[in-house]
Amino acid sequence: MGARVSFREVRAQREAAEQRVSDKRMTAAEAVSLVCDGDHVAIGGTLYSRTPMALVFALLKQRRRHLTLSRPLSCYEVELFLATGAVDRIVTSWVGIGLRWGLAPIFRHYVETGAATYEEWSHLAMGLRYKAGAMGVPFLPTLSMLGSDIARTVGLQTVTCPYTGEQLAAVPALNPDVALVHAHRADMYGNAQVDGYHHMDVDMARAARKVIVSAERIVSRDEISAQPWATMLPHFAVDAVVEAPYGAYPHECYGAYEADMDHFDSYVQSIREHGVDAGLRYVGEQVDANADFEVFLERVGPERLAARTAAARRLMPR
Amino acid sequence: MSDFTAEEVMAVTASRLLADHKVVFAGVGMPLLASAVARLRQAPNLTIVLEGGIIGAGLLPGHLPISTNEMRAAYGAQMLTDITDIFLFAQRGYFDYGFLGAAQVDQYGNINTSVIGSVEHPKVRLPGSGGANDIISLCNQIFIVTQHEPRRFVQQVDFITSPGYLTGRDSRERAGLLFGKIGAVVTDLALLDFDPDSRRMRLRAVQPGVTVDQVRRHTGFELLVADEIEELAPPSPDEIEIYRTLRDGPASSPGTAPVPIAEFSERPA
Repeated sequence: MGARVSFREVRAQREAAEQRVSDKRMTAAEAVSLVCDGDHVAIGGTLYSRTPMALVFALLKQRRRHLTLSRPLSCYEVELFLATGAVDRIVTSWVGIGLRWGLAPIFRHYVETGAATYEEWSHLAMGLRYKAGAMGVPFLPTLSMLGSDIARTVGLQTVTCPYTGEQLAAVPALNPDVALVHAHRADMYGNAQVDGYHHMDVDMARAARKVIVSAERIVSRDEISAQPWATMLPHFAVDAVVEAPYGAYPHECYGAYEADMDHFDSYVQSIREHGVDAGLRYVGEQVDANADFEVFLERVGPERLAARTAAARRLMPR
Repeated sequence: MSDFTAEEVMAVTASRLLADHKVVFAGVGMPLLASAVARLRQAPNLTIVLEGGIIGAGLLPGHLPISTNEMRAAYGAQMLTDITDIFLFAQRGYFDYGFLGAAQVDQYGNINTSVIGSVEHPKVRLPGSGGANDIISLCNQIFIVTQHEPRRFVQQVDFITSPGYLTGRDSRERAGLLFGKIGAVVTDLALLDFDPDSRRMRLRAVQPGVTVDQVRRHTGFELLVADEIEELAPPSPDEIEIYRTLRDGPASSPGTAPVPIAEFSERPA
């Protein structure tokens, strides 16, 4: 297995792209139509933190085929994509629901039966793959991954340092076709701000050919400029902006709401009852049955969402 | 030993390995608890780093995180950054200690958390490396903490997710892993290290009441045994109280039935 590195091509594509400082707001359904069958889709956040769930739900609904998904650490959203037959390949360092829930049974089923491929990299390697992609270079050197079977299975190459003669791992750039990321605030042009930890979102988005940002709030340009240090992505690196309050739920959004562990409990309970079919059942009940993410949230109920927000506030610095 | 769970014994043993003013790269669960216990005892200036971009984690007793990427992990933090940045600090040599668990570990400290069986035809597909491969490759000193069972301590791991001393001697360095050493293996039965020449795992001390033979029977490979085997001190009442308070919250007392960390559901008040 050798990674395909396309840094020249993505650079040419970027130069040829039409740059317009324009209103990029659209619905989640419109935005995820930027994703084509066979695309490599990178999903921002990590595990159950700031995952762009409003965009994930919209993409699940559209039933793309033969997608490759990449993420830093992957949570149950991967199982949903596998269950709907949308994904052939997962590129990540870890797949689970969370340590509390043990191994992810649907993921296990698809990978153990060979129905999907899990391309495992180390966590830093994923970060450096996005970073190389974001830097516009074909690889980055690192002292990690060497000597492991991970290196062997992904066909990791080494490079000799021209200054010291040391041998280092050469981690190939990853330029996803589309990156989905969730922000706390964005303006209509795509300037996106994030509070708290950034996971791998900045490099992931800057590496991608197309970037869809969902945001808790759409704000004015003035509000962005009031605290420019919080801006994670500038407008010219963003293609679509989607307003999505509670857009990471049931995952957390730093300072805005904690993850809803009870939601995962129900999901895992359903897997215990229905086995692998629980994935499709979940998509049917929580995604397909609702007109959009807003309706899903209405069914979750404002009290439950408010409780998650109150829990998050109590953990914030004062 | 019956007064303590295996997890408590391992966490307390691991906590004693951590010195003041050092920086520890901890995972959630036992490593985090071990680090927090150390900070409340011999190492008040120990800095706890978590993979989710969190430096100087504070921790709210009874509300510990169950992932390294969540608000509870960031509580009281001194710095929030991104994930890649955390590992680059490790690569630069800033992190004195790194903690790892293991589904399988062999006599050279190689760890498997990826797959039981082969990658092509997995019997059980495990979650994967996460940061483990990077932690063992980049931190200055590694502590492996795991329950001592023959199915875990195997002759050969099915897959090297995280490279220890590979095939022994200088094979780790020859593979390009220039830095880091596997300092100790902490289990519910023993404390082990690695022979400086062969790099094979070596028994150094046993948990209270455990015999050398018992450790051997729970190890699936031929274990080196140091000339003198000491018996570790059992967890002190103080250590256990700190541990349980962190895990369960201030309301609990040492007499309270332990609640597994994985099952807490209370929210901060």
